Amino acid sequence: MARIDLVELSHSYRPNPRSRDDYALPKLNMTWKDGGAYALLGPSGCGKTTLLNIISGLIQPSAGKVLFDGQDVTSLQPQQRNIAQVFQFPVIYDTMTVFDNLAFPLRNRGWKRPDIQKRVEEIAEILDLTGDLKNRASGLGADAKQKISMGRGLVRPDVAAILFDEPLTTIDQHLKWTLRRKLKQIHAQLKLSLIYVTHDQVEAMTFAEQVAVMYGGEVVQMGSPQELFEEPAHTFVGFFVGSPGMNLLPCAIEGNEAVIDNIRIPLDPERAQKAAATNSPLKLGIRPEFLGVVKTETTPSGTIGVPTVIESVEDLGNFKIATTRLGTHRLKAKLPETVEITPGPAQLCFPTARTRLYADDRLIAA
Amino acid sequence: MNKIYDNRAWLLVLPVFVTVAFSAVIPMMTVVNYSVQDIFDADNRVWVGTEWFTEVMQDSDLQDALFKQIFFSACVLLTEIPLGIAIALCLPTRSGWASSLSLILLALPLLIPWNVVGTIFQIFGRADIGLAGFLLNAMGINYNYAANSVDAWLTVLVIDIWHWTPLVALLCYAGLRAIPDAFYQAARIDGASAWAVFRYIQLPKLKGVLTIALLLRFMDSFMIYTEPFVLTGGGPGNATTFLSQYLTKLAIGQFDIGPAAAFSIIYFLIVLLFCFLFYTALQNVERSKQG
Amino acid sequence: MQLSLQGIGKAVGGEMHLADISAELTSGLNVVLGPTGSGKTSLLRLIAGLDRPTAGKLLLDGRDITALGVNLRNAAMVYQQFVNYPSFTVYDNIASPLRQGKSHDAREIDRRVREAAALLHIEPMLDRLPSQLSGGQQQRTAIARAIVKDAELLLLDEPLVNLDYKLREELRAEMRNLFIQRKTIVVYATTEPSEALLLGGSTMVLDQGRVLQFGPTLQTYHHPVSTRVGTIFSDPSMNLLDAKIEGAQLHLSADLAFGLPAHMADLPAGQYRIGVRATHVSLSPNGADAIPALADVDLAEISGSETFLHLRHGPLNFIAQVEGVHPFGLGAQVTVYLNRARLYAFDGGGKLVGAPIIGDIREGSGHGTH
Repeated sequence: MARIDLVELSHSYRPNPRSRDDYALPKLNMTWKDGGAYALLGPSGCGKTTLLNIISGLIQPSAGKVLFDGQDVTSLQPQQRNIAQVFQFPVIYDTMTVFDNLAFPLRNRGWKRPDIQKRVEEIAEILDLTGDLKNRASGLGADAKQKISMGRGLVRPDVAAILFDEPLTTIDQHLKWTLRRKLKQIHAQLKLSLIYVTHDQVEAMTFAEQVAVMYGGEVVQMGSPQELFEEPAHTFVGFFVGSPGMNLLPCAIEGNEAVIDNIRIPLDPERAQKAAATNSPLKLGIRPEFLGVVKTETTPSGTIGVPTVIESVEDLGNFKIATTRLGTHRLKAKLPETVEITPGPAQLCFPTARTRLYADDRLIAA
Repeated sequence: MNKIYDNRAWLLVLPVFVTVAFSAVIPMMTVVNYSVQDIFDADNRVWVGTEWFTEVMQDSDLQDALFKQIFFSACVLLTEIPLGIAIALCLPTRSGWASSLSLILLALPLLIPWNVVGTIFQIFGRADIGLAGFLLNAMGINYNYAANSVDAWLTVLVIDIWHWTPLVALLCYAGLRAIPDAFYQAARIDGASAWAVFRYIQLPKLKGVLTIALLLRFMDSFMIYTEPFVLTGGGPGNATTFLSQYLTKLAIGQFDIGPAAAFSIIYFLIVLLFCFLFYTALQNVERSKQG
Repeated sequence: MQLSLQGIGKAVGGEMHLADISAELTSGLNVVLGPTGSGKTSLLRLIAGLDRPTAGKLLLDGRDITALGVNLRNAAMVYQQFVNYPSFTVYDNIASPLRQGKSHDAREIDRRVREAAALLHIEPMLDRLPSQLSGGQQQRTAIARAIVKDAELLLLDEPLVNLDYKLREELRAEMRNLFIQRKTIVVYATTEPSEALLLGGSTMVLDQGRVLQFGPTLQTYHHPVSTRVGTIFSDPSMNLLDAKIEGAQLHLSADLAFGLPAHMADLPAGQYRIGVRATHVSLSPNGADAIPALADVDLAEISGSETFLHLRHGPLNFIAQVEGVHPFGLGAQVTVYLNRARLYAFDGGGKLVGAPIIGDIREGSGHGTH
């Protein structure tokens, strides 16, 4: 178990990187606390797998340092780092039994036979693999194989962190839930540091206490699932997390109002003043869950209606999505299934407490 | 059931039937025909039943050739397969000019026809004008494939290894390249030694291509003809007279067509039997693993 | 246009892949919803003409096309994998179906290629090769190629499954408008209920090679004829709880009993399976129909904007879907509220016997028009 620090880390797959585009990871400073459950969330090609492989030691970074508990491990090989990694596709040793698979890392480290026996049985118990120990690993299902991959990391009592690279890709939908739950239990039981890479927001947010959202090689926000949802620190987080993503509109500030195509939207005065002070391009962001749509003249208390036209309403069974027009822009609003609403003129309500402003795509904090 | 029947579909398979009939069935039946009759000319033939088979089986020269053949094939397999794997493991893994060049160099022997390979080694091994023969003799080894039967036998073995190990190596190389990177990465993290990586990842994943290599090399080596024929004509004595050459002598040299036909069938059955045994053995290994 | 499937069956080597499928597919979107291995791909291949059924007939506008091969059917197909010609540019890829067979003049081809590219927002990429595109753009190209020739049958076999989560969401939202106004019969296979709901049209629920239900998507969603349809057409799966009706009371467990909701009032006493979707179990009481229950939290699964609580109440296991992000530790206790008005009642055989009365279950209602 260890705390992991990444100091001034950068990586390029090209031999002589010059411009920023040559870098898969431009420059990164980060701390992963001991015993935390973290997720790295981002679209394909955002650098999340590169970062994971740098932590495990499979890739040497072009510059910067990796520290485990303050100790520099940058030049150490993966086997010297006490790291375990679970890959996208199950990696098992086909010719071995489940027991031998789990015992393999211990045998490689010269453990004695009775100690191996005891430790493997302990770990098999945790992973519900006891009944399969004598079976050949190649005959098992994808979920059991992933548990074995994980087990090969867990058997080592000195393991500092377990890294997961989209481990549920090949798992059937209904088994995903049991495996995710197992992961949570193991985390609670063993207090290991876990880092989980995925492009799927559900997986990231179910698994992790802290989610790092990556975009173009950069970590644009590290926060709890709730923070990512309520206070996206970057427009990309607003767009990527949540379904549908945050509505984002370029705007200008006049007084305490945002102006979009000559339409005025009231703002939180504090945020509006901070926004007015910057010279960067501004965007207004509001989540579809928080955007109100009413057909009547009266709006919920504390909000001022903005005239709009509802273009379409999609009934998705459990909820409805209304697509509305504001000037030249389209906004989506997520409404409860019980709301009766039809296309036509209506009013949009932007609750000031839920309306966010972004300068240069970064959140203007309250 | 409204299954659709269309008898014209048979026309589509007809070309295959005709080709197979001419390429395999008719020649095969001719051989069977000769093996159970004594044929003097078109009108004079005597049914001899299994007589030729009995005669051929009791022929001590043939038994001798058979044992020599089995021993030869065993040596070929025991050398070429491990050597091929070893070469494949040494090849550069990253694609680039280095790997392209080594693949081309490796594939060169495969492009040379059998009789040319025989001729090359016939000259190469001569003590007077051949480099290898000269060097060996200069080192004090009395090497003369034309006079010494062990030398001749070893030369044929070396020819086969030189000619065909690249095939095994290329097959294994393709097999190794197909192993996903994650396996190597996991093994590094598990602290596996190079030997453990080979034993538990590479070798199991190569099983498929190795089966193919084994069968191909067995069939080919068991039917070796051209190289010893070009090198020494099967000599000295009968030292390099393997089964197919023995068969040719019988059929063309002595014109004993009946026994030659009977022997052809036995030969064919032996190859078939061995291939079947290899194949089932490997399949069983797989099945016992599953169990 | 109308495609009628009449008692279609498909057996391969004695194994039944599809059995007795009868349905009338019309112009517009027809979603085939079913779990992995339910026979969706087999059905699509039969409709395309890539395979022949071992039983039954296919009629297109009354014309028997059962024996017609794929080249005679005027069908287009989009696969899970991104299938494009690797050596053609995006433009040539899209143009390829127009250049085969019937000769179109170059100007007509150009017009239609640009139109299809515009619909799928890949106009700037027309000169690129597929290998220079992202996965989403490659699949857009494949879809553009499928729609460019105005085929009578357009078949899509889980076209979005290999895309990143966010790309999937983006393309899915466009799909509906792409197909809504075409004369083409679009058949869209998917495993995801949310995809079926978003696409609208009609939905056929397929399971183990059989059609369980076929009708307008929303109506199918709100009136699942069996527990199996409820399970397949809900994400997360519909909660199914064993219950007893006795003296106008519904007994879910020893300490959870309440008066029958109006739509179940006529049901005789006996054993039932009660279905309730996760979204109708909430954390706050919502009107007179809210039935409180104390439950242990097994796990809180959080999507970007919702929380799925896996709950246990005595012998009952169920899932609640709650708006917003709510962190819960393993083993926390909460009071949840079941919405009594939204319970489904299924009999012992799993057949629907009581369904909530939902305002608008008329065909296609609730969907916006443009």
